[in-house]
Amino acid sequence: MPNAEHIAPSLYEKRKAVYPKAVDGFYRRLKWAIMAVTLAIYYVTPWLRWDRGPYAPDQAVLVDLANRRFYMFAIEIWPHEFYYVAGLLVMAGIGLFLVTSAVGRAWCGYACPQTVWTDLYQHVERFIDGDRNAQFRLDKAPWGPAKIAKRLTKWGIWLLIAVATGGAWVFYFADAPTLLKDLLALDAAPVAYGSIAVLTATTFILGGFMREQVCVYMCPWPRIQTAMLDEKSLIVTYKDWRGEPRGHGLKKTQTATLAETGDCIDCLQCVSVCPTGIDIREGPQIGCITCALCIDACDKVMAQIGKPRGLIDYASAEDADRERAGAPARPVIRLLLRPRTIAYLLVWTGIGAAMLFALGTRTRLDISAQQDRNPLYVRLADGTIRNSFTVKVRNMEARPRAVEIGMDGLVGAVLWTGGARPAATRTLRIEVPADSVAKQRVFVGAGAAGAVREPFAFTVRALDAEGGRGRGDAQFERPEATP
Amino acid sequence: MAEKRIDEATGTQTMGHEWDGIEELDTPMPRWWLWTFYASIVFAVGYTVAYPAWPLIDRATGGTLGWSSRGDFEKEMAAEAKTRAPIMLALAATPIDRLPDNPELMHAAVEGGRAAFKVHCVQCHGSGAAGSKGYPNLNDDDWLWGGDIKSLQYTIEHGIRNPDHDQTRMSLMPAFGRDGILKPAQVDDLAAHVRVISGQEKPGAAARRGAALFAENCAVCHGADGKGLREFGAPNLTDPIWLYGGSREDIAATITTARYGVMPRWGEKLGPVTVKMLAAYVHSLGGGEALPALGALPVSDAPATPVADAAKPPLADAAKSDAQR
Repeated sequence: MPNAEHIAPSLYEKRKAVYPKAVDGFYRRLKWAIMAVTLAIYYVTPWLRWDRGPYAPDQAVLVDLANRRFYMFAIEIWPHEFYYVAGLLVMAGIGLFLVTSAVGRAWCGYACPQTVWTDLYQHVERFIDGDRNAQFRLDKAPWGPAKIAKRLTKWGIWLLIAVATGGAWVFYFADAPTLLKDLLALDAAPVAYGSIAVLTATTFILGGFMREQVCVYMCPWPRIQTAMLDEKSLIVTYKDWRGEPRGHGLKKTQTATLAETGDCIDCLQCVSVCPTGIDIREGPQIGCITCALCIDACDKVMAQIGKPRGLIDYASAEDADRERAGAPARPVIRLLLRPRTIAYLLVWTGIGAAMLFALGTRTRLDISAQQDRNPLYVRLADGTIRNSFTVKVRNMEARPRAVEIGMDGLVGAVLWTGGARPAATRTLRIEVPADSVAKQRVFVGAGAAGAVREPFAFTVRALDAEGGRGRGDAQFERPEATP
Repeated sequence: MAEKRIDEATGTQTMGHEWDGIEELDTPMPRWWLWTFYASIVFAVGYTVAYPAWPLIDRATGGTLGWSSRGDFEKEMAAEAKTRAPIMLALAATPIDRLPDNPELMHAAVEGGRAAFKVHCVQCHGSGAAGSKGYPNLNDDDWLWGGDIKSLQYTIEHGIRNPDHDQTRMSLMPAFGRDGILKPAQVDDLAAHVRVISGQEKPGAAARRGAALFAENCAVCHGADGKGLREFGAPNLTDPIWLYGGSREDIAATITTARYGVMPRWGEKLGPVTVKMLAAYVHSLGGGEALPALGALPVSDAPATPVADAAKPPLADAAKSDAQR
């Protein structure tokens, strides 16, 4: 390394502490509202009830892993219908494309749990330690009783929030009131306590200490979202053509140099309110989660110095170029409605409509048959050929049902479940318990004469008033030649 | 050689490599990342001390926690045996002819038998119990020694043609041809007759001669109509199921040299519970027969259990005795 001496090797970098300053404004209020809604959804949802009758749980949203059922209000998903969940994930992906191409990293700035909980933690921090400057001083101050008391209070509240967060998570996987009772009685499953502990730890550490480090170093979304932005996507833009060159303080701008300086007075309010500690005036960057708090801060300053708002504002890269060239600003709606976003919206609604249609028309009664492969057929003493099947009848209704299993095709065949072979029975009645699959081993007997592989179908018919039918294809196998 | 420099736009050092004008910035990693690296080293050292890790000449270091996968396995097996204990006790206490009365216990027996079958029986009878030449298919309804669950238990327990065992299933067909009882031409006539009664050939002169020979030599065991006699394990010769083949050549070969299929007696090796489970499994394959009326049962050495005891639900009973211990 010939020129190593003039390069300072710094492989690892200490985290630069961020003390974001409190700010008020339109976007701050929007963030409060979104935080209230998202946190309310998260904490309240497991406690909503939904009556499904005596055979199913009454929790509105429940992921019942033990019984392999997923309940969401009127919808119940079985494991074989997992494609609905896959469809929801595809919709979430395309929804992210849509939002990102239209309004940039809005997910990061407003709705991401990391953002929401960090915001909440920072609010607690300001409540205990004071605003930016007080926090800064406290951090530098030597450890004393006051600092210890403040730190313990802050960490204690953080921990309470973290426990509530981890605690709410497990309620999605079991009956919430019962589980809460069990948890408090130290009687719940170890996995419940384990999940709470892990989520408490991640909430406490990620929300309290890692914060913007998660966004910058750990999270893949910033990279992916950056790739999905285009020149028409809204990003938080410092309008350098209006702000530069920066003036240094109000007095200077009032002097003769007014004509030479831009609107930016270099007050650094945009930097001090930034939760990731960046300077937006350096242009778009990975650290910007587009939370728009710098817009609020700058607007306030602009109002104070009597300049129009929006020195820092949501704008697309294309509009930035146009405005830099002197064109007037365009309405935002033009950016939101363009072929790319409309295409995403159509795909998104198309998948949603298809899933709703599939959900509305899915069968609630189903039959499938698995043939014994070893041996495929058995020759009985009177020459009859017997095949054995494991027939499964799926009853997706939340009540027990009596059904009749029959055969379609295979003329002259008989069906029985064990014991002596009947002379001419082709149907079988069974009770299928509520919301479950009944498994029944059946024997099918037919004459030796016929195709080596004869297709037929098992049928199922509900015997109650509501009715309903299903069929499952099967094959009857015979030996290739009689000895 | 890599040429490192400071990138002007960002003030960050480059990695020193260039690909078609594209350079990579050497952005420093966050310090906490370094800490997780150190922490993983500490963890790795601790892990190698606590768990088996370092290879030695003939084994590896044991680790201070004494953990081993074999130990885990033994723990799991012990736990499994404990959960199974009440079922095993109930099976031991239930006479085999009462097993079908208790569907839950019967189901447990069938599943246990399925597992035991895979270990002890598939070598001859095949994994699907379909048998092969010389080894009976256990799925069909044609039984040499009886297909009710009690007869199956007896057969499995005592085996077939076991030497030095009084209670084994035993019969010996004479080797009519080899021992000179019948001449080769007579053997062929007899084979023709067997082909006729099994519906594979039309009656002819040879078959008529064979019918007379059959009545004289074979009917005592196979019955005058050739439908067999389970007392001697003599097969039904009129059905389409052939253990050693139903062609003229196969039948003639069987008459000439006779067949002596053998099966080990499993009672001593596997114990009564496993034998019961195997009997239940074989009975469940589709060819199982109902028990004959009382009094007609063959002699068996099934443990004599008082009727009052057996009438109790065995599972609950066993669970209670398990809890008391």
